[in-house]
Amino acid sequence: MAIHRHDNHKSANAVMEWVDKRFPATKVWNEHIAEYMAAKNFNFWYFFGSLAILMLVLQLATGIFLTMHYKPDAQLAFASVEYIMRDVPFGWLVRYLHSTGASMFFVIIYLHMFRGVIYGSHREPRELVWLIGCVIFVALMAEAFMGYLLPWGNMSYWGAQVILSLFDVIPYVGPALTEWIRGDFVISDATLNRFFAFHVILLPLILVALVFLHLVALHQVGSNNPDGIDIYDHVDEDGKPLDGIAFFPYIVIKDLIGVAGFLIIYLGIVFFWPDGGGVLLEKDNFAPANSLQTPPDIVPLWYFTPFYSILRASTTSLLFALEIITGLIVIWLWIRAKVSIKAKIGFTLLAIGVFVGLQFGSGKAWGVILMAAAIVCFFLLPWLDRSPVYSIRYRSLPFKIALVLFLVAFVTLGYLGMNAPTPGKTLLAQICTVAYFAFFALMPWFTSIGKTKPEPSRVVYEAH
Amino acid sequence: MADNNVSDVNADGMSVEDRKRRRFLTGMTAGFGAIGAGVAVVPFVMSMAPSESAKNAGAPVQFDFSKLQEGQMVKVEWRGKPVVLLSRTQEMMDGLTKIRGELADPDSSASSQPIYAINEQRADEHSKQLLVMEGVCTHLGCSPVEKLAIGPDPQMGDDSQGGFFCPCHGSKFDLAGRVYKDVPATTNMAVPPYMFDGTVITIGEDNGRIT
Repeated sequence: MAIHRHDNHKSANAVMEWVDKRFPATKVWNEHIAEYMAAKNFNFWYFFGSLAILMLVLQLATGIFLTMHYKPDAQLAFASVEYIMRDVPFGWLVRYLHSTGASMFFVIIYLHMFRGVIYGSHREPRELVWLIGCVIFVALMAEAFMGYLLPWGNMSYWGAQVILSLFDVIPYVGPALTEWIRGDFVISDATLNRFFAFHVILLPLILVALVFLHLVALHQVGSNNPDGIDIYDHVDEDGKPLDGIAFFPYIVIKDLIGVAGFLIIYLGIVFFWPDGGGVLLEKDNFAPANSLQTPPDIVPLWYFTPFYSILRASTTSLLFALEIITGLIVIWLWIRAKVSIKAKIGFTLLAIGVFVGLQFGSGKAWGVILMAAAIVCFFLLPWLDRSPVYSIRYRSLPFKIALVLFLVAFVTLGYLGMNAPTPGKTLLAQICTVAYFAFFALMPWFTSIGKTKPEPSRVVYEAH
Repeated sequence: MADNNVSDVNADGMSVEDRKRRRFLTGMTAGFGAIGAGVAVVPFVMSMAPSESAKNAGAPVQFDFSKLQEGQMVKVEWRGKPVVLLSRTQEMMDGLTKIRGELADPDSSASSQPIYAINEQRADEHSKQLLVMEGVCTHLGCSPVEKLAIGPDPQMGDDSQGGFFCPCHGSKFDLAGRVYKDVPATTNMAVPPYMFDGTVITIGEDNGRIT
């Protein structure tokens, strides 16, 4: 019988022994790295968790170096970014790594979330992993939004103006709250300075803390896998899952392949296409902030555009459509739904409330509410999904159709948000908005119908 | 000190009186601690409010509009916001009445303006043709683009009487800053207080006039 790793370490390393008596270094290393078991059939989709951590570290590192040259002052900010680009040795590289990194971070996070949805990683017992992840997503959006003001370009300025104005719609306290956040009656030096503080201190601290919690929660329940089954259902005599392999070195080595592939794409963009044709660095942001001139086509960066489209689509006609849909749901509820009379009355009262709100609320307030709701929907996912199986491999056809429709709606909203509104595009955005919310609202229904395939008892794996 | 009745002593060796006292002291300590923490937050929260210098920057501005030709528009900065000064032609003025039915708030009853600007032109009786307006969309604060030409326009529609188009979210306004129906904004663009001294307009102050 082989000598146990633990014992080997202890006897071999007096220093570690000394440390371990005072700090649980080896214990933590073993529990969370060397002996943390994950399924052996991880695929492409499982790259994005570790890539997200890599991206966080890269953003922190490049951010620190940018801070050495950047000046958070309305008079100096724009020029200091140009100074970084032109005069600071390799300043252009650090800045492009950071600006491209922000976009890549969102690519990774969106794919990471999509992985969760298709393999059921949000389902019991991983609800908290998912919820903490959703909070990370929101914090990351705040981080990106505040960082985008810092170059003090014209798009920075007007983007912040639009998003901060969202708080204006809160009844009674809205305008005062907006003023407090801005620290002035308009976006100004005060706003820039505090956004700098939030961007470089507050939110990075929050993000790192949240990522830590995300990992603690994950390691409490164990990683999911592409089959969405529990690998601890089949364990060996030591209690180790038969289909599990240790995170270190096996998963780490696998992730390094992902890192290599990712770096090729990321650095390719950094070196050859840092503005992404106006998508990663918007053209209007190459002009300094001008409080009198809104850019002709004001759009947020691409990762906000799906939500921005929902905000923009909220006009009286969308509210009217939503009123009709609310009415139809109530009618269907009374005629067809197999729920208790109490639930029917409850839902009907809720629907009446929504109807009255839609009737008398303004499109502006509802735009903000719908945009916030679009993000809140993600938090509810673990409880909306009722499918008996977790993985897309065994899901019923209705789920797959709904997921494809949702993806189409989401991408279309993202595309529309990057373009100037026209009547036709607004209508399309409204249709996609309805589809977006329908995906979440109807999820309890379409995940409980249709024929699912039987889940295997062991993970599907072919040795290479 | 044998004040405590021995029969009241419970399993912890603490009398009922002592237990009550401890609960009271714990509650008071925690309560005052919470109040103290709350008070300590105040200066930090207040430090984020607009500073004295920001408040002082809101002074009125003056502009001599004698060189403003009919049909011309300028933007003047007041409180960091663009204020539109547009000298409207007769054709533009006529357009205002034609589109009444397409507007969300034609009488400006839900909108913000001084009392002397509550009329079809949203302008002072003495200078009906001059539009003075904060060029700030009432949806989310973008600055709408002027579409002064009368006739077909990709954003304003085929039968445009001129107006303002917000590039952010597609809100449309007429040449009096009144918002169209079925766009994200729901109120008309605000008119700031203003007054005249010959051909010099003062924006941000009207000495409380009502006509």
